[in-house]
Amino acid sequence: MKNLGQLKADYIVQNLTAFCPGCGNGMILNCFVRAVDDLGWNVNDMLCVSGIGCSSWIPSPHFRGDTLHTTHGRALAFATGAKVFNPSLKTVVFTGDGDGSGIGGNHLIHAARRNIGLTCILVNNFNYAMTGGQIAPSTLHDAKTSTSPYGNPEQPFDIAKLVAAAGATYVAKWTTNHVLELTRSMKEAMQNPGFSFIEVLSQCPTQQRNILGLRAPAQELPSRLLDMLAESTYQVDKQEKSYVYAVLSDEPEIALKAVTKTLGDSGKARLVDHLTLGRVARVDAADIEAAKTKIAIPEVKRVVDNREGKQEIGVFVRKQRTEYTDALREIGRRARGEQ
Amino acid sequence: MFKPGKHLVLGNIACAEGALRAGCRLFAGYPITPANEITEYMSSELPKVGGYFLQMEDEIASIAACIGASWAGAKAMTATSGPGFSLMQENLSYAHMTETPLVIVDVQRSGPSTGQSTDASQQDFYQARYGAHGDYEIIALSPWSAQEMFDLAVRAFNLAEQYRTPVYFLPDGMIGHIKEELVIPEKVEVFNRKVPSGSTATPFGTDDPSLVPEMPKFGQGYRLQVTGSSHRPTGVRDYTPKVHDEKVRRIMKKIAQAEPILRDVAKVDLDDAKVAVISFGASARPSYGAIKKLREEGIKAGLLRLKTLWPLPEEEFTELANKVDAILVVEMNAGKLVREVQRAACGQTKIASLTRIGGVTPTQNDIAQELRRIVQ
Repeated sequence: MKNLGQLKADYIVQNLTAFCPGCGNGMILNCFVRAVDDLGWNVNDMLCVSGIGCSSWIPSPHFRGDTLHTTHGRALAFATGAKVFNPSLKTVVFTGDGDGSGIGGNHLIHAARRNIGLTCILVNNFNYAMTGGQIAPSTLHDAKTSTSPYGNPEQPFDIAKLVAAAGATYVAKWTTNHVLELTRSMKEAMQNPGFSFIEVLSQCPTQQRNILGLRAPAQELPSRLLDMLAESTYQVDKQEKSYVYAVLSDEPEIALKAVTKTLGDSGKARLVDHLTLGRVARVDAADIEAAKTKIAIPEVKRVVDNREGKQEIGVFVRKQRTEYTDALREIGRRARGEQ
Repeated sequence: MFKPGKHLVLGNIACAEGALRAGCRLFAGYPITPANEITEYMSSELPKVGGYFLQMEDEIASIAACIGASWAGAKAMTATSGPGFSLMQENLSYAHMTETPLVIVDVQRSGPSTGQSTDASQQDFYQARYGAHGDYEIIALSPWSAQEMFDLAVRAFNLAEQYRTPVYFLPDGMIGHIKEELVIPEKVEVFNRKVPSGSTATPFGTDDPSLVPEMPKFGQGYRLQVTGSSHRPTGVRDYTPKVHDEKVRRIMKKIAQAEPILRDVAKVDLDDAKVAVISFGASARPSYGAIKKLREEGIKAGLLRLKTLWPLPEEEFTELANKVDAILVVEMNAGKLVREVQRAACGQTKIASLTRIGGVTPTQNDIAQELRRIVQ
């Protein structure tokens, strides 16, 4: 396996990056070039297409292959034309939650419906980050953004489920805290003959600090956010330890001490960041029912089941049906009377 | 596809025939009247010649797919009408910035908005020129017959390839739906884009006096950076004033400096004319009848018909203004080309405007009457 330096030399165009410190996009780029390298793909056979927004800068200007950096939301439509005319182009589209499911939502569902043979990687950071952190179709209800100063009145899409329902033949969802799973998933997606879709929940220290209400020094934000992404997602088939979350009263640090004290040796409590619950105490205990009884103290507002408010990650769809460019070639043979 | 020889065809079909013969091998479109016959004909004929017909989810996707296909090496086309043309504007701006050859057919209908939906107009004269954001120059062609739907469709592709630019093909709905004789030649002259011969390319810069760079395509190891952001000749993004200025002025100049070559006008009875009509498309047909009628009456009338709308043949306007006593601009909109004629004429002669909207052209009698009035 190549080390990062070798990967960079082989696949990355320039040293400077436009990404903010701690951004998830560099991690996703790493996973991507690792996947390309593992598959043994020749970059000369590849085309990376992207739209407008931070995630669209993952391939362009970084990837050392053909890149098509297009207009806002339209990457999949541009990619469709290129892929149809030259199906041998191994095509990967990078998009974001706003680019892909907002302005480009129509192209996303139609690309999935057609089952065109390309991979779409959608980076979801819950907001329009490049333009200053406005409400996106992925922004959580009640979140405060630069266009929802009193809280977001809207509800978010479940983008992966939307694309699955539209007919994609490979659908997965991961976070930037799942780099090994994400890399494996990218390889599987890129080998799927039809339309593959991976949603990646990603950290954005620049905007999520406000949107998710995280109070932390700048240098701590990326790791806090990565932990938060892990804490806020679950895999259906993965065995987990028994734990609950305790939503705490006003001063979390003080409340945590009370929780720790009342738990004694029967369990452990620590503060974690949770996407929908905020800063809460995670209580791990062998006998979780006993622990729940113990923490019924004034400092705990309520106790929450460990999957409540979380997002499911994993591989959701693996199936096969006719791929679009194959179908077009079949139409050609029919029109020419070759069968 | 039709065999070479004489045929009785719809203008829109003639356009599709011309496109196929010019080498169009990918069409992406969305249903809209009065352009549907082009789209339907392409769905039937393109697969037979190894091409691809894509029915996209909207016009935005249609033009996007054409641009993507063009960079994969295709000669690509889309066809639409006013509302769809409006939706395409952002990606057309992208096509100009990335110097992407393709042909956009706008079979013009009567707006604003849905308007008369199926009825003809020449209302997108300025939208074609100025509809998209940013600084750019365009090539736009205007046919007046089924024959020109064919001939100018071929020319549209050749110019797109030669100048590496989107070319706007602007029939009005009447010419799209006219059914008349088309003579398809045995062979049409076809121009293909210049491609790099070596292993490296400068896709957005050139020393060639044409100012048209060679165009590589995807999948050949050039590691292209194609972006709508301001970029250096290599394609690398660069927002500095100098880089942006050089890029944008070059793509404007490559079209503007070619105006004498792009210029395509038909002159009828202009040599000794005292009064002239300037028109294009369907409204040039009754204009032709009107000047012939005036000639019979002893009034020396002539016609300047534009086949290339943009860049405008401003020298022709100026020359005509210096020669005739009056000019009548006849068009199927509320008066657009007339502004350009007034500007180029610089007050040298009387300029009158005859316009019709509502899906109809001015009649031969309307035009003749107006000519008689202004010539006095």
